[in-house]
Amino acid sequence: MNIEELEQIAESVRLENSRYDFEVNVCMDLACMSQGSDRLRDELVKAAEASGKKVLVRRTGCMGPCSSGPLVRVDPEETLYHHVKAGDAEAIVSSLGGDPVPALQCDLNEHFDKQVRVVLENAGHIDPEKIDDYIARDGYKALLTALTEMTPNGVVHRITESGLRGRGGGGYPTGLKWGTVAKAGGDLKYVVCNGDEGDPGAFMDRSVMEGDPHRIIEGMAIAAYGVGASKGFIYVRAEYPIAVSRLTTALREARRRGLLGNGICGTTFNFDVEIRLGAGAFVCGEETALLASIEGRRGTPRPRPPYPAVSGLWGKPTLINNVETYANVAPIVRNGGKWFFNMGSERSKGTKVFALTGRITHTGLIEVPLGIKLWEIIDVIGGGVPGGHTLKAVQTGGPSGGCIPAEMLGLGVSYDALMAAGSIMGSGGMIVMDDTSCMVNVARFFIEFCMTESCGKCIPCRAGTAQMYTLLTRICEGQGTMDDLDLLVELCDTVKNASLCGLGQTAPNPVLSTLKYFRNEYIEHIVHKRCPAGVCNIQAPVEVLA
Amino acid sequence: MPAFTPPSLPSDDKRWKIVNGTMRKNGFARHALIETLHTVQSSFGYLDDDAIRFVARTLRVPLSQAYGVVTFYHYFSLKPPGKHTLTICAGTACYIKGADKLVAAAEKRLGIAQGQTTKDGAISLMTARCVGACSRAPVTLADGVVAGEASPEAMLEQLERWAVE
Repeated sequence: MNIEELEQIAESVRLENSRYDFEVNVCMDLACMSQGSDRLRDELVKAAEASGKKVLVRRTGCMGPCSSGPLVRVDPEETLYHHVKAGDAEAIVSSLGGDPVPALQCDLNEHFDKQVRVVLENAGHIDPEKIDDYIARDGYKALLTALTEMTPNGVVHRITESGLRGRGGGGYPTGLKWGTVAKAGGDLKYVVCNGDEGDPGAFMDRSVMEGDPHRIIEGMAIAAYGVGASKGFIYVRAEYPIAVSRLTTALREARRRGLLGNGICGTTFNFDVEIRLGAGAFVCGEETALLASIEGRRGTPRPRPPYPAVSGLWGKPTLINNVETYANVAPIVRNGGKWFFNMGSERSKGTKVFALTGRITHTGLIEVPLGIKLWEIIDVIGGGVPGGHTLKAVQTGGPSGGCIPAEMLGLGVSYDALMAAGSIMGSGGMIVMDDTSCMVNVARFFIEFCMTESCGKCIPCRAGTAQMYTLLTRICEGQGTMDDLDLLVELCDTVKNASLCGLGQTAPNPVLSTLKYFRNEYIEHIVHKRCPAGVCNIQAPVEVLA
Repeated sequence: MPAFTPPSLPSDDKRWKIVNGTMRKNGFARHALIETLHTVQSSFGYLDDDAIRFVARTLRVPLSQAYGVVTFYHYFSLKPPGKHTLTICAGTACYIKGADKLVAAAEKRLGIAQGQTTKDGAISLMTARCVGACSRAPVTLADGVVAGEASPEAMLEQLERWAVE
């Protein structure tokens, strides 16, 4: 395989596509499939055959606004249809070449206008199980350019120059990490992709793995070339069967095309990737726990240093990045570090994918340049809170993050600004809460999660989260005292500072941020024995007769 | 050192061959433990003592370590599942949209707590940490098939359909 052959494949796909007058793209992401988009596709294929028109029906990855699903986009007109049922297939096909079907048409321009698509550039445009579709959209060009025209140092330099930071939540500069692994000695090194998206309420990585799996493989291969690794692992949650199956297909296709294996592209570069399944442990998103799990052991973290970059899988230098981080690599190599550096805010470069869910009109997957104001995401892209309710808070960062109150919607979304507000960027879950949510109960929900998911290795996390859960339950049941609040803060401090890994260190965030911004709700529960949102089941105090 | 001969299969159940295949594919390496346990669970539905013993012995992993791994990860189950499984997602988005009401309704209807199976072995009631379909919250899975924007009524209807089978 070389650049010319890649061009030939791309050309033949374009030629093949030009034989059709219309392209009907059907979203086959989990959310749309749960509403029967697979049957819809079958019906569209049938209707297209019966009509005699030249129609290409294509399954694609997530198109974004999942709440409007199942989604269908007709090209070249780019007509977007929402809530499409299998029974609408015939109407759509017969409208081709004429006026669109008005009943199904939707106007989501506001939703899309503020978005910038880098990671999701192919989502909704390619069939995730066809490598040639990916190649036709400049896929694997970056890998071949890197292998034939750049030195490994040059690759690392380009990533450093781009200012890309880890998209798993930590925000560590990616170039710096690559440089450390590249400098580490030894001839055997590993590249690992963290696809253990455990944050409840986040599904960005699932969508990328399901919708554009080759992008991750290409990013990993470029990383491997940059740091001098020859073997890669993708660690995926077992709860994502579609992602696993599409990645498996993608790996097979990449090997068949000679883009993985020995002597890639006629060079001396060897690289192959294996999939490893997670088994339902949130803590395995922590890098040292993830490595233990790949080695077939219990996923318990270990102290760092040594960092995996120096001593990782089986003691060898190992590069670990998140799915979305790898997904950014190919466009950066293709377009240059400066291109990426010019997007985003001062210290947070590029774009970020968020999973917008909860009490908001348009739920789904969005990609925005960093630095965007929170209100733009909620009110413009998300379409605001439905049903006449008022926005109360936006939760970011999952169980490690915090709740940002409605008053702070002017906040620019960046690693540093979110951190200063007591939350974190996290992997990209963004859950909108309105006046029907009780913030004490939300804090209890997250602490319960961390308590169950604590691996039990270190005491502050194992015992601390359990004690915090007891205190929060007491407050939710109307049995709490004001002293409990002080005790809670004290516990938060201990768990935060004395825990071994990120799970424990960040577990108090949901409690601390709700205590900071919604202290009055805690007080209502404790002093007035009432839950303002009506969520907590507080028994009315028994009147004691004198 | 004499070459290692893997122990013979526990029975002539064909599913053991699939399990053995996973181990062979990984060169009977110790790090294949979790992969192999996944194969056992997908073939048999759960992990029993015989299976754990067999896998541990074949991969030369101490039994304590194998058992430790099985009990560490939520995905592995030591009990056989019911004929049907209803899973209710308990992720954050589902929680915000009232997954607790779904759980309560299902528990009441089936007379069991989450994580249990009805006495007749017909239905298991499980909760999941997050299945990643948050945009359609709250979400239930009937034998693995995702249903979004689930209402207690629709969920109970599904349970009725299973009950009359």
